[in-house]
Amino acid sequence: MRNFLRAVKGRAYPRVIGALREPTWMFWDTFLPLLSISAYVFVYRALHAPKEFEGFVIIGGIMTAYWLSVLWGMASQFYWEKETGNLQQYLMAPASLESILAGMALGGMFATTVRVVAILILGTLIFQVNMTVSNPLLLLIIFIVTLFALYSMGMMFASLFLLWGREAWVMSSLFQEPIYFLSGQNFPVKALGPIVAAIASIIPLTLGLDAMRQLVFPQSLPWALMSPWLELIFLSILSMAFLILAIVFLRKMEWIGKTRGTILTRWL
Amino acid sequence: MEKFERILINILNAFTHFVHAIEVRDIWRIFKGKDGIVEALKGVNLYVKKGEIFGLLGPNGAGKTTLIRILTTLLLPTKGEAYVLGYDVTKEENKIRPHINMVSGGEYSGYGLLTVQENIWMFSQLYGMPSDEAKEKIKNLAKELGFENILKKKVRTLSTGQRQKMNIARGFITDPQIIFLDEPTLGLDVEVARDIRNFIKKWLMDNPDRTVFLTTHYMHEAEMMCDRIAIINYGKIVAIDTPENLKKMVGKEYALIIKIQPKIDMEWIREIDGVINYIPKEIEGGLKIRMIASREEAIGEVMEGILKRNAKIVYLNKEEPTLEDVFLKLTGRGLE
Repeated sequence: MRNFLRAVKGRAYPRVIGALREPTWMFWDTFLPLLSISAYVFVYRALHAPKEFEGFVIIGGIMTAYWLSVLWGMASQFYWEKETGNLQQYLMAPASLESILAGMALGGMFATTVRVVAILILGTLIFQVNMTVSNPLLLLIIFIVTLFALYSMGMMFASLFLLWGREAWVMSSLFQEPIYFLSGQNFPVKALGPIVAAIASIIPLTLGLDAMRQLVFPQSLPWALMSPWLELIFLSILSMAFLILAIVFLRKMEWIGKTRGTILTRWL
Repeated sequence: MEKFERILINILNAFTHFVHAIEVRDIWRIFKGKDGIVEALKGVNLYVKKGEIFGLLGPNGAGKTTLIRILTTLLLPTKGEAYVLGYDVTKEENKIRPHINMVSGGEYSGYGLLTVQENIWMFSQLYGMPSDEAKEKIKNLAKELGFENILKKKVRTLSTGQRQKMNIARGFITDPQIIFLDEPTLGLDVEVARDIRNFIKKWLMDNPDRTVFLTTHYMHEAEMMCDRIAIINYGKIVAIDTPENLKKMVGKEYALIIKIQPKIDMEWIREIDGVINYIPKEIEGGLKIRMIASREEAIGEVMEGILKRNAKIVYLNKEEPTLEDVFLKLTGRGLE
């Protein structure tokens, strides 16, 4: 267990340091999402939409930062690690791949949270959005479980991207925009209709966003997909399912890599 | 339990010198690629004794990296058996991994925004090394390898040589029982390559129970470093012995360097009785030919043949046989 934690700490370190060592990254990672959030806020203002819709966009914006971190910092990561030669070191080390991925996830969560806090504070101040948290504890639990489910999904994709043998950036790009849409990043997902919304609920971001919006903007209840408690249950199930699948695919990736030689050998 | 197992292994290792550091028995590795089947290893047999620097010498594509990947538990053999420290590489990788490490040439592992010290420390954590111990070892390794001045430098600002010294420190920090070095001096300048070679030799002198498995296509490196060398060509081991004994294989023959101008076709040389093998290399305005002949008269016939084809001999020298000549004799091709 001690060795597992050391490996987690070791792999989380570059991300934690990256978040603090490069102030320019911090600036751009805060400024650019704020621009995107502003665009939607002004659309809603032009349409005289209810004020809580502006809040929806801010919550959507901050959760999207986590989605991007999952896609580009988790799912694509093994691909980049392979390209630089780190994957070989990880596979050969006595540490488990789970500990490496857990380190990546924790480091990624930390780095993204630093940016997210900045986006949340600036977005709320600039657009004068009032948030009334009805149940802070439930909000915190849902936020943590959503992150757990998202990063477990990222762990699963990390192995899958290598198994599929595609360029990781192509796969990440492919997943990026559709998830923005299906998760209801900038609008309540209920607007997609019950069937599409139900299908979209397989994405943890969809349920997490819907639940958090209800808890932060109680006046948005008519737009809610289901109760936050029910969403918490589904999110917990998704978390476990993605985590189990991530471990299964990790083993499969390692096995295929060793038998076929396709993971580390470039010319195959 | 783990501690007990380790103590037991150490006791066993101390008393059982017959357990080789590495043992490879009839290993085959076949890849099914886009362009068909590739037989990377074809029935490789070898053993490496504890405490020796064992070299695997062969040109690019000979199967060196494939064998190293099997031994470092990154790849399974298609057929055959391999044991590292007495453990089966196919079934007992968890027992092997804590005791080995690997450094490759031209390696770009690590993270550019970390400093050299942080980078080595990060990899040490994957081996469960206590943080303070790792930091102390990094300082010592940096001193020995001569890169103390760059410990606080970000990895992305390093030169190739500095980066490889960092990689070497990364490989040795875990104090492995066996270190696998896959072309560790590839593309380095003479000075850095020399520092690395000296460090490896000193490490083994200070830790005589440790083993180095080195692959290279630099014959002088193999000759200088290794206690024993296996020559590999197209996935097959063609000879294993000490560098001295290998060179004796061409001891009775004549190793020659001939430079001629202008460049002419040299295929006819094979027809001369006594010419074992040759490698022509294009140089400015002509050819440099490395040749092994079994009888002195063959040299005269070659000279005559060159002059008959209107070429001029600008340099001729009989050389002491090198491992390259051994390789040439055994395989009919050059190392680079």
